[in-house]
Parts: sequence; structure tokens; C-alpha cells
Amino acid sequence: MAVMMYWEALQRAQDEEMTRDPLVLVMGEDVGVAGGTYKATKGLYDKYGAERVIDTPISENGFTGLAIGASFIGVRPVIEIMSVNFAWLAMDQIFNSAAKVRYMSGGQLTAPVVIRSPGGTAHQLGAQHSARMEKVFMGIAGLRVVTPSTPKQAYGMLKAAIRCNDPVFINEHELMYNMKGEVPDGDYFHPLEGSEVARPGRDVTLFGYNISVHWCLEAAEFLATHHGIDCEVVDLFTLSPLDRAGIKASVSKTHRAVIAEEAEAPVGVGSEVIAIINEECFFELDAAPLRVSARNVPIPYNHKLEKAAIPSAKDIVHAVLKMFGK
Amino acid sequence: MTPADKKRVLREMLFARRFEERCYEAYVERKIGGFLHLYPGQEACAQGVMEAARPGHDYVITGYRDHIHAIKCGADPKAVMAELYGKETGSSKGRGGSMHIFDVEHHFMGGYALVGGPFPLAAGIAKGLKMKGSDAISICFLGDAANNQGTFHESLNMAKVWNLPVLYVCENNLYGIGTRIDRSTAVVDQYKRVCGYDIPAVQVDGQDVEVVYQAAKTAVDHVRSGKGPYFLELMTYRYRGHSMSDSNAYRAKDEERMWSKRDPIIMLRDRLVDAGEISLDDYKAMDTEILHQIESEIIKFAEESPEPSVNELEKYVLADNDPYVRGGVR
Ligand SMILES: Cc1ncc(C[n+]2csc(CCOP(=O)(O)OP(=O)(O)O)c2C)c(N)n1
Ligand SMILES: [Mg+2]
Repeated sequence: MAVMMYWEALQRAQDEEMTRDPLVLVMGEDVGVAGGTYKATKGLYDKYGAERVIDTPISENGFTGLAIGASFIGVRPVIEIMSVNFAWLAMDQIFNSAAKVRYMSGGQLTAPVVIRSPGGTAHQLGAQHSARMEKVFMGIAGLRVVTPSTPKQAYGMLKAAIRCNDPVFINEHELMYNMKGEVPDGDYFHPLEGSEVARPGRDVTLFGYNISVHWCLEAAEFLATHHGIDCEVVDLFTLSPLDRAGIKASVSKTHRAVIAEEAEAPVGVGSEVIAIINEECFFELDAAPLRVSARNVPIPYNHKLEKAAIPSAKDIVHAVLKMFGK
Repeated sequence: MTPADKKRVLREMLFARRFEERCYEAYVERKIGGFLHLYPGQEACAQGVMEAARPGHDYVITGYRDHIHAIKCGADPKAVMAELYGKETGSSKGRGGSMHIFDVEHHFMGGYALVGGPFPLAAGIAKGLKMKGSDAISICFLGDAANNQGTFHESLNMAKVWNLPVLYVCENNLYGIGTRIDRSTAVVDQYKRVCGYDIPAVQVDGQDVEVVYQAAKTAVDHVRSGKGPYFLELMTYRYRGHSMSDSNAYRAKDEERMWSKRDPIIMLRDRLVDAGEISLDDYKAMDTEILHQIESEIIKFAEESPEPSVNELEKYVLADNDPYVRGGVR
């Protein structure tokens, strides 16, 4: 095990896969000579050259479509979209080509592309750089959506995603690239389906994904110390398909659920998880599940407004206390 | 093209015409559903280009008007018709339909319904071919109106910057559904728009299959020799409405008459008759034989094939049992 930063884990995964398979390439804006906006492709250009580490023009739909076309004949492209807000421009190719080609060709063609992109509110980047899009991607049949919460997951999921025969969207976060954590030495492949218990507990399940797993863990610590409430934290590292069995198992144990998502509530991860709870284990519940979500506004620039717009560990604590009538 | 080639080309274009006309009938009989875009009038385009290319070896991608392009690559017309009938034996197992014919074995990489969608996919296939050191090229057939999509410009730019082996063929039939090109497009001659990307671009008569073939030969040779992308504009005309749901009321009768005098099949037929290569009786016999083949083999196959099972509705959404989905693989 080596301790490394999230961006280093991503870089190592791509480096290893590029060494192994000459048909793996990475592409995106400033991924090559400049080494990547968040350093995730640092050093790859020097090592593998311009044919495989491709600085693209600012043509998100174009270069995403190009990568998808290349993947039809065996290339394994890893696309970096600089900010998920720009992925809207590539939506046509992701939605209409990558996700549907296997189905509409009767299984003849597949688009094994990996699309990595940071989504989330960072620090006063304003409305057009702060949105989250995972809720959009997870509603697309034919596309896998994962969202690593640790360097270990980032490494193992990216490696698995490169080798997987389906298109995979990896939802990252601008604030997490410098997060440190242990990463296994040698090839490690993290599952692209399922969930993980990040902290076992008895009294209530806190569901999080990506950055909100860390808010849940922080809230759980606080609730244990100050209120004697023992929270289980479940890391939903896969958003599509959501882990029905994992959600059911945890709620059947704790009988209570709070879902923490950085995105706004409508049509979100929280609504999906609550629907699954209803379908799988409604009669196990001791209390109505709660969502902790962003306010439904474009993210404001002003620091205080920005902070008020997105949830935090404190909001999770409040939700849990409310649920316990405290 | 040798005289024998020309006779074969005539037969194939006539087959394409009759195949599409039979689709029309099947649609009217409600055997075919959805949108149906037919090719009559434009036969010389796919035919001439694919004569110059290597069908089954070169990679072809196109829009929704795709039946004939697939067949030109080597797809079995029976499977194409069965697809239109929504049958399990169809080229896409009944999951695709008219606009989504695929035959990957013959390197027909599909029909796509989003106007402009295939432009970058074709560039990507070219990128893959280049990485693999293949001598195959990527060929993208699309219409004139598609060139107003951003993907057209994005793809031409990338194809040039990365010197990709891709041939873009524009079948300029002067209309995007009911909107005539001069009402939607600042520069009507499409090849002129390509000069902004420093890619060789020519415009030729798309009704004369020999002219198309000659121009395509230059284009294909250019691309295959590693000189990068090429743009070929073929001036053509579709006889029917845009799709079966189009009234076709927006075109002047004079214009339609003018183009019908330049029918690609009749022009080649008359040339072969004048040269004494075939007689009109030979042509009629050929036609009868084609009609018989379509009825007795192709339609019969489509009619008699089973529909997909509803139990397999979710098949083909994602890969089956991909080991990396479970993790822990070495
Ligand atoms: C993105 C998108 N916008 C609109 C349509 C509807 N549509 C289908 S075909 C078409 C016209 C395309 O014309 P052209 O590219 O010239 O091809 P042609 O049909 O003439 O062969 C339109 C507007 C579509 N399918 N996709
Ligand atoms: Mg047109």
C-alpha cells in the first residue's frame, strides 16, 4: 500500500493501462503538454506521445464522438472533460451514440469509452462551473456511472472502467484531487457495481457518494460523540446501477435512512434511493427517510450564499437529530 | 470500370431502386413501422463511392437513409429487410429499425438518426485505423443539411489537425426535409465550406455513377495514401419525400421533372445500350429477375422470420457478465 493523492491514483491507473495496452489513449483539453487541469494525466504526454495523449480542440461533442468512434474498433479511450458543466455539450454523443449503440445494433457494436469529469461545487466558481450532473447520467440506460470517494476507489475504478466493455462515466470532484489515501500496490480493480459500508453502525444509515461520503463520516463521528447515535455510512460508489441489495441490507439493519447528496433534490440520487427503499424494505422502516440536498438554485458566486446553497455535515447532523426527535 | 463492371453496377443500382420501392409498399401495408427514409434518385452516390472503395474492408458510417449503404458494404438484403420488419433475424435483431442498420462484420458501422452524429464517429474510426496501422479508411456519408451541425466543423477540424484517414461524402440533395438548402445555408456549395479546414474538397455530378466513381477514386486514393481527410460533394436528388411521413409538397414540379431526366439508372442503362453492351430486353429481364428475388427470397424471409422474444427486452443494454464489473480480476 502506498499513500497517494487522488490525482496521483488516477494518473497511475492511466499510466499502467497505457503501458499494458497500446490501444489505450487519453484525450481532453490540456491533458497533454500541460499535464491536465488537475494533474491526472501528468507525465503521460512525455511518455506516450501526442498520438496517445491528445490535446483536443475545445469541441466537447466532437472529441467525445471521436473517442466513441475509435472505441468501436478496439481503441480504449479515456476522455477527460475539464468540468462536468461542459459535458452538456457532449451529451448528444454520450447519450445518443455511446449509451445506445450496443442496443440498437443488436449487440454488434459497443462503445468502451471512459469519460472522467469533475462535477461539484468547489470554491466560488459561479453558476456555470459548479453544477453536478450525476443525476442526468444515472438516468441513461446503457451507461455505467461510478463516483469514487477515495484514491483507492479512483485508482481501481478507473482501471476496471478502462477494461470494461461498457461506456463508463466517472464522476469526480474538484475538491478531492488532493485528498490522500492508501492505494494497493500492483493491479487492483474496484467493482463497478455495488456499495461499501464505510462505517458500520446500528441506529441509522447515512447514504453518501463521492464527497458526501466524507460529510456523512464527519456527521457520524459527531453524532456518536455528542448524541450517542451510532450511524452506519454506506458509500454508493456506483450510481448506475444503484446497489439495491446493499441499500436493502443496511436499511433492514438500521431501519432508518438519510441520503446526503451535493446536488439539488429533484430527480436525484436521494429520490432514487428512497424509491428503492420503498420497493425493497418499506416495512423495515422506523421513520420516514430524509434527504439532505442542495437548494434548488444555480450555484451563486458569493461565498456565504454558495455555502448556504450546498449541504454539509452539519445539515446531515440536523436531519438525523430531527429524525430521532431531538 | 470495365463493361462487365458497368453491367454489375447497373444491376446493383436497379436492385437498390426496387428494394426501396418494395420497402415503400411494405410500409403502406403496415409491415414496416417508424420512420422510413428511402434512397431512390441517389443510387449513384453510394454505388459510385463504394466502387472506388473496398467494401467490407473500409469502414462506412451514415445517417438514417442507410439501407443501401449497408447492402453496398456486403450486408445481406434479407437481414436488412427483416430488420425493417422488426424481426429477430434482422441485422440489428429487430432492436434498431430502418434508421439503425448495422453490419459490423462487413464494417458497416451503422445508421444513426441524429443529424450530424456520425461525423465525429467517422473521425474516431479513422483514428483507430491509424493507431492500428490498418490500410482501411473510414467513409462517412451524410446529407447537405447535416453540415449545419457543429459536429461537421468540429470533425473536419480534428480530422485535419490529426491527419486522419477519413473521407466525408456529402450527398447534396438540396433539401433538409422540407427546407431548401438556400433557405438554411449561407454557402450553398458545400465543398466551399471545407476550405476553412484546408482539406481537399470537390463537387461533382452525383447522378452519373461513372463520374462519382472517378471522383471517389481520387478521393479514396488520397485518403488511403496517408494524405489525410478528403471531402466529396455529390449533387443529387431524392425522388420521394424525406420520409414516409413527408407530404413532399414543397418542391416545384419543374424541379422534380428536371432531375427525373437525369436518373442515374436510366443514364447508365442508355449508355450501355448505345454501346451495344446490353439490349433493352436484357434490362427488362434483369428487372424481372430482381423483382422476383426481392419477393421470393427477401420479403419471404422477412415475413417468415420470428419476432424477438419479450423475455430478451433487456438484452444488449450492457455487456453480459463483464468480469471487470465485479472487480478483483487479475
Ligand atoms: C439532431 C437532429 N435534428 C433534427 C432531426 C430531424 N431531421 C431528420 S433528417 C433531417 C434533415 C437532414 O437533411 P440532410 O442532412 O440534407 O439529409 P437528407 O435527409 O437530405 O439525406 C432533419 C431535420 C434529427 N434527426 N436530428
Ligand atoms: Mg439533404
